[in-house]
Amino acid sequence: MTTIKSLEDLKKAREEALRKRDAKVASGTAQVIVGMGTCGIAAGARDTMKAILDTIEKDGLNGILVTQTGCIGLCEKEPIVQVIIGDQPKVTYGKVDSEVAKKILKDHVINGKPVADHVIQM
Amino acid sequence: MKAIRSMVLVSSDPVSIERGAKEVYQALQREIKEFDLENEISLTMVGDVGRHEASPLVIIYPEAVIYGPVKEGDVHFLVEEHLYKGRIAAGLQAPVRELSGKIAWLSARKGTLPAEQRIVLERAGIIDPDSIDDYIIHDGYQALAKALTQMNPEQIFDTLEKAGLRGRGGAGFPTGTKWRFVKKASGTKKYVICNADESEPGTFKDRLILEGDPHAIIEALAIAAYAVGADEGYIYIRGEYTLAQQRLHRAIEQAREIGFLGENIFGTEFKFDLHIHSGAGAYICGEETALIESIEGKRGEPRARPPYPTTNGLWDKPTLVNNVETLANVGPILRNGAQWYRSFGTPSSPGTKVYTILGKTNVTGLIEVPMGITLREVIAIYGKGIKDEKPFKLAQTGGSSGSIIPASLQDTPMDFDSFAKAGVALGSGALLICDEDTCVVDLAKVLLNFFRKESCGKCTPCRIGNQRAYEILTNISEGTGALSDLTDLALLSDNLYQLSNCGLGQTAGAPIRDILNYFRAEVEAHIRLKVCPTGVCPMSGKRI
Ligand SMILES: Cc1cc2nc3c(=O)[nH]c(=O)nc-3n(C[C@H](O)[C@H](O)[C@H](O)COP(=O)(O)O)c2cc1C
Ligand code: SF4
Ligand code: FES
Repeated sequence: MTTIKSLEDLKKAREEALRKRDAKVASGTAQVIVGMGTCGIAAGARDTMKAILDTIEKDGLNGILVTQTGCIGLCEKEPIVQVIIGDQPKVTYGKVDSEVAKKILKDHVINGKPVADHVIQM
Repeated sequence: MKAIRSMVLVSSDPVSIERGAKEVYQALQREIKEFDLENEISLTMVGDVGRHEASPLVIIYPEAVIYGPVKEGDVHFLVEEHLYKGRIAAGLQAPVRELSGKIAWLSARKGTLPAEQRIVLERAGIIDPDSIDDYIIHDGYQALAKALTQMNPEQIFDTLEKAGLRGRGGAGFPTGTKWRFVKKASGTKKYVICNADESEPGTFKDRLILEGDPHAIIEALAIAAYAVGADEGYIYIRGEYTLAQQRLHRAIEQAREIGFLGENIFGTEFKFDLHIHSGAGAYICGEETALIESIEGKRGEPRARPPYPTTNGLWDKPTLVNNVETLANVGPILRNGAQWYRSFGTPSSPGTKVYTILGKTNVTGLIEVPMGITLREVIAIYGKGIKDEKPFKLAQTGGSSGSIIPASLQDTPMDFDSFAKAGVALGSGALLICDEDTCVVDLAKVLLNFFRKESCGKCTPCRIGNQRAYEILTNISEGTGALSDLTDLALLSDNLYQLSNCGLGQTAGAPIRDILNYFRAEVEAHIRLKVCPTGVCPMSGKRI
């Protein structure tokens, strides 16, 4: 990582990071984001994460970027998973256990059909 | 998020339901669809919003117009006039005053919704906390760059004072002023400390910020250090927050690598580095002078004040102590300006507040809303009403150090000054919502049990007073109380407030004062009739 010594450098670093992110979006990559605060983890987010990673490996799925984030404060809906496909708007899911996670991967990420039962209206 | 322009709320207390609230709700659904407004308007059944004489009520934000009593047949006209044509539907307005008349923040924010306003939680739950790139994409470190390259300390203090930022750790002290004190204090070695001890029961707002957006705190501490003239900082974080600690450690490493911590930050003379200090589970170590003792390796016991930490803090050097949520406001204020910040909240308490909603509401969780919202609105809109439609009895603010707020105060705007005027305290932001099943004697007993255990024991009023108050409350709950106990309790509460050395003892008597003030009859029933009206207390007849 290069060090940042001025406001100019910071702007460049930001553009660079944005470029990297946009490249992912442009390539049609699906992004799956799991809420991993202590609360999410207590509600089972680690199992959800594991199920997602396992399914991707087992089924040899490509172009799926799995990341984590903190908590958004919707305690009742944990574990929470967000899905972004290409430049489509983000879909937020609640109460995603391992089974639901697998279903989201198959139905939404692969076949483009959101799993309506678990969508949270934001 | 959908771009919602109006929010429509329908009251759903038993009276409203009986008078056809459900039918009104369904008619609204139909009509909103009919006018093709589904994507612009959100429709929600909320709990009890009061004003039963005019129920069922339909409340439309952002204008905060209340209609009532609304009948199914009125709905077409209402939707067409108000939501479609955008004018108040004449003749339908409720013959009641505006809901909590003084919602200053609503008029200050015309055209927006009383929806959540995320300033300090803007990035939490959106970005990857382990990625400094993500933080930078979301405007990260721009405030630090601006502070170091374009502002002198005086301008920073000025901006914070103009913004009106006040401490979110409980006391609400003006932040810009506190920073100025540390700057003015003599000496060349100074420290900045982030208070991340967060040990109030039921409070978890700081954890959310630390786990979801750790760089925000590092950036704010660096700005603070530059402004007050410090070159070293500490984050004092409670031991149980292991995940937050990991994320902070990683974030600090990243910040060092990229040059936001260390020497010559942003090519200037400014140098700064940070340490993380883990707490060991004592509530009192959240009190700033006990916290400082604890960092110094001593027992966590509060110091006598004055002198204050701003002149004699860590290792006797001038020290700035700020809460996590306070610091999380600094970056956004410097980036967007004081004027922008003042567009949220009330004139005396600008900005937002993060609350954790707990207890008997249908929905619990964490919200960030403009200062000045009322308890009634929090319960109805964000808590979606009380479970099983039971009546709201009281709220305990702050987790433990706070107040008991009776239903009669639920229309008081929640900001520092309005609450102070009503004789109650906002505390850390926990809102424990209780319904009619909660016994006030039991609640006070639980709180006093907490204080007697967490008292550090340094001063007598707190060490012995809390224990004695707990014993008396226990007797009352066993049915062995005497009326003279109430005089003793009032005296203890007053002594705790007047004579204790630190904030723990000073607020420990508040629950007693509050229940004697607002719920005296219920307390007396335990003594005179030997009955606990809610059936919670054991009343088993043992006296201790
Ligand atoms: C018993 C006790 C516990 C406290 N616990 C905390 C805490 O956990 N976190 C916190 O930020 N402030 C806590 N405070 C308040 C701090 O002493 C101090 O006022 C605060 O950190 C100042 O920051 P602010 O100006 O940003 O609010 C506590 C105070 C008392 C008396
Ligand atoms: S008031 Fe209580 S907690 Fe504070 S110093 Fe005295 S004994 Fe310790
Ligand atoms: S705070 Fe994260 S789910 Fe409640």
